[in-house]
Amino acid sequence: MNVPIDYDTLRVIWWALLGVLLIGFAIFDGFDLGTAILLPFLGRTDMERRLLINSVGPVWEGNQVWFILGGGAMFAAWPPLYATAFSGFYLAMFVVLLALILRPVAFKFRGKLENAAWRTMWDWALFIGGFVPALIFGVAFGNVLEGVPFYFDDDLRPYYIGSFFGLLNPFALLCGLVSVAMLTTHGAVYIWMKTVDALAERARRAGIAASLVTFALFAVGGVWLYAGIAGYTITSAIDSAGPSNPLRKTVEVAAGAWFDNYRTTPWTVIAPLLGLGGPLLTAVLLSLRKPLGAFLASAVGLLGIIATPGLAMFPFILPSSSEPRMSLTVWDASSSHLTLFVMLIAAVIFLPIILAYTAWVYRVLHGKITPKMFETNRQAY
Amino acid sequence: MSGLDVVELSRLQFALTALYHFLFVPLTLGLSVILAIMESVYVMTGRRIWRDITMFWGILFGINFAMGVATGITMEFQFGTNWSYYSHYVGDVFGAPLAIEGLMAFFLEATFIGLFFFGWDRLSKPGHLAVTWCVAFASNFSALWILIANAWMQHPVGSRFNPETMRMEVTDFFAVLFNPVAQSKFVHTVSAGYVTGSVFVLAISAYYLLRGRHVEIAKRSMTVAASFGLASALSVVVLGDESGYETTQNQKMKIAAMEGMWHTEPAPAPLTVFGIPDQQARETRYRIQIPWLLGLLATRSISQPVPGIFELVDDAKGRIRRGIEAFGAVQALRRNPRDAAARETLDKSQDDLGYAMLLRRHVDDPAKATDAQIEQAAWTTVPDVPVLFWAFRTMVGLGFYFITLFAVMFLVAARRELERRRWLLRLAFYSLPLPWIAAEVGWVVAEYGRQPWIIEGVMPTFLAASPVPVSNVWISLSGFVLFYTVLLVVDLYLMIKYARLGPSETWEVPDMATRHAPPGGVRVDRETLRPRPTPAE
Repeated sequence: MNVPIDYDTLRVIWWALLGVLLIGFAIFDGFDLGTAILLPFLGRTDMERRLLINSVGPVWEGNQVWFILGGGAMFAAWPPLYATAFSGFYLAMFVVLLALILRPVAFKFRGKLENAAWRTMWDWALFIGGFVPALIFGVAFGNVLEGVPFYFDDDLRPYYIGSFFGLLNPFALLCGLVSVAMLTTHGAVYIWMKTVDALAERARRAGIAASLVTFALFAVGGVWLYAGIAGYTITSAIDSAGPSNPLRKTVEVAAGAWFDNYRTTPWTVIAPLLGLGGPLLTAVLLSLRKPLGAFLASAVGLLGIIATPGLAMFPFILPSSSEPRMSLTVWDASSSHLTLFVMLIAAVIFLPIILAYTAWVYRVLHGKITPKMFETNRQAY
Repeated sequence: MSGLDVVELSRLQFALTALYHFLFVPLTLGLSVILAIMESVYVMTGRRIWRDITMFWGILFGINFAMGVATGITMEFQFGTNWSYYSHYVGDVFGAPLAIEGLMAFFLEATFIGLFFFGWDRLSKPGHLAVTWCVAFASNFSALWILIANAWMQHPVGSRFNPETMRMEVTDFFAVLFNPVAQSKFVHTVSAGYVTGSVFVLAISAYYLLRGRHVEIAKRSMTVAASFGLASALSVVVLGDESGYETTQNQKMKIAAMEGMWHTEPAPAPLTVFGIPDQQARETRYRIQIPWLLGLLATRSISQPVPGIFELVDDAKGRIRRGIEAFGAVQALRRNPRDAAARETLDKSQDDLGYAMLLRRHVDDPAKATDAQIEQAAWTTVPDVPVLFWAFRTMVGLGFYFITLFAVMFLVAARRELERRRWLLRLAFYSLPLPWIAAEVGWVVAEYGRQPWIIEGVMPTFLAASPVPVSNVWISLSGFVLFYTVLLVVDLYLMIKYARLGPSETWEVPDMATRHAPPGGVRVDRETLRPRPTPAE
């Protein structure tokens, strides 16, 4: 079959689409992860907690599919990345999965019994289901920036040679905190939009604090990356349309190399600028009580923060700290030309449809959540 | 620690997490369609009771759905965590249907499930009905894409090995998409889901009738379940036969093992109803057979033989030898990608490349394998015969039982004698666990029967696992089992609690259209679906 788009173009498109899915995940699922993180702290009574849970109740399930789809797309478009990252981060992924498994059941089971201890237990389950994935996703990003200790044997079987606790190093933990702070901000803004009175006001204040923390941590992370984390550069000739075999290049590790793209392609600086400006603007708009603006600013901040490491590392997607020449890059870790093309067609058809019906569902469900809803809707959580 | 290695533990973990997931999937498949049917009746007749029926079964559906989602998250990532070499080797083919499942089906299902529960008072009646049908269609589409992926593991079409990337790559996406195995598996699996949903509704309704509670709701639910269930049970058996026919064409070893048939019988082969298969002695004792039947069913002819295990093992030896040539060609091509002779050898014998890999359990370099090792490797292509033999018979036996049960219930319901036949109601109630048993043994037949292959003829399972420390897999395996079991206990507790509680006590929803419905429902304007006053008034 003749594929009408060049292999290297398709690879760049799929690199960008992986970013789109991650950003989609952060913007959509991010606010319900953030809501779950804030749940035990903002909700002081059972009624307030029910309001918080039901503000995301009808939509969180659809939102989580961004994550599932991200996994599927990584499998289909970047099989070596899927294979190496998830087997390498084995225990971290196990912990994330357990935390995510808690979410559907916690939402569903919590309201089914009146017992207070039962409900408190599920509230904390929801908190774990929000906090742990948020933290570990950030930690994973941090580790990717630092390089991950893995190599391939001759059959291209990936071996991870680091430890679980090696993942929890200071820089990675800082990235984890950036992730927690930014999703908490996003959740707080959403809660403020969906609730009223004292609860809404508490959410607004939490949002201001969290957005300022996001700004500060992201800035510290940038300085740390510049001063303390070595980057990677391909030193051999690049065949950007060559076969996906990560053993055929040479790579150099050099201080400051993660900032090369920002020097050579200045427009990419927009990502860190949005990452810094988004949270600041969110804080300002929350102070001015502009709900829609604050939500958009927070979303833009998420976009900037996630795009920053992506653009900085291009074309690297998973650098190897133990065998730098075996690092996975956009040019040697993708699916075949045909698969990337077929998947692109599927994405071009279905992503707009998904966005359309998601928008419709949010429109149907628009409006504030108040205790009144429990009088008419006995199916609420 | 025990002597289990990473491969065995990873297999155990995959089997257990898949079997747990598959406790919830069939009910979601079936109940989503049954809910859509019930709500359709509500919208068409405007009778309030059908809305109560839909909402009541919706509660139980929701509890089950949450567990399905929870256990499904693991499945999407487990290929990467535990089967990294598999992911590398076939991700180019296998990943696409999984990703499209997310794009096309799961997104739709998960987005609309929220509206199903929260949209009753925010949507018009047809609007809500459309949402319910979307959930039902989407859950079925999900099954379609998952089974397209799975069918490729059973019958890998439309792909070839690329020595430059050391993996399988797609050559013909439509062949993967329209894999005949996928089609027969899809209809067989969703029908099994419909049977599960129907037995679930039937059994719980029977419980109410036996107790004399919620009689009106129970009788109506039962009628839906009996008729839908009868159609589904017929379809599951007929389409299961189609699935078996596809298996005969593509996985001859699986059929021979299911039948405990060690030696090729003269065509048309007899069907073994009973027997005691013995894997060590390589024979099946005390066989009771029906002449001709297997030959007719499996080959749909009277002249084609169904090959026995010994003959297939002999075939495997030949394929291993050709596979060794292919393996040698791959090594040559890695040293020199322009080696034309090696390319030609690979093109000729690449279908047998996977068979050479079977040797890697016994010897590092398949080219150095001895005859004894080839013999040994060929015998590893035989799956666990006694387990398959009995799992298959359990599944088929239950399939025929469901047809009978639904047929009888359908007749009794049609004659409006449901409440009088108490022994039948009891039978229906005690049938509740059976569809789950059928579904789980069906999984065993399909997947355990595929062993030693993770992808039939292409990749042996033992090569596919991630090289992670054994301790890590112990942690995840025991963690999942413990976690899932606790959740399952809570799930069953809530299910039983809400099933016992029953419909009418659960809620009372104001509904402008039907609040004051007189007995027998209201007359509804077909255009607006709003009640209209009776002419007499």
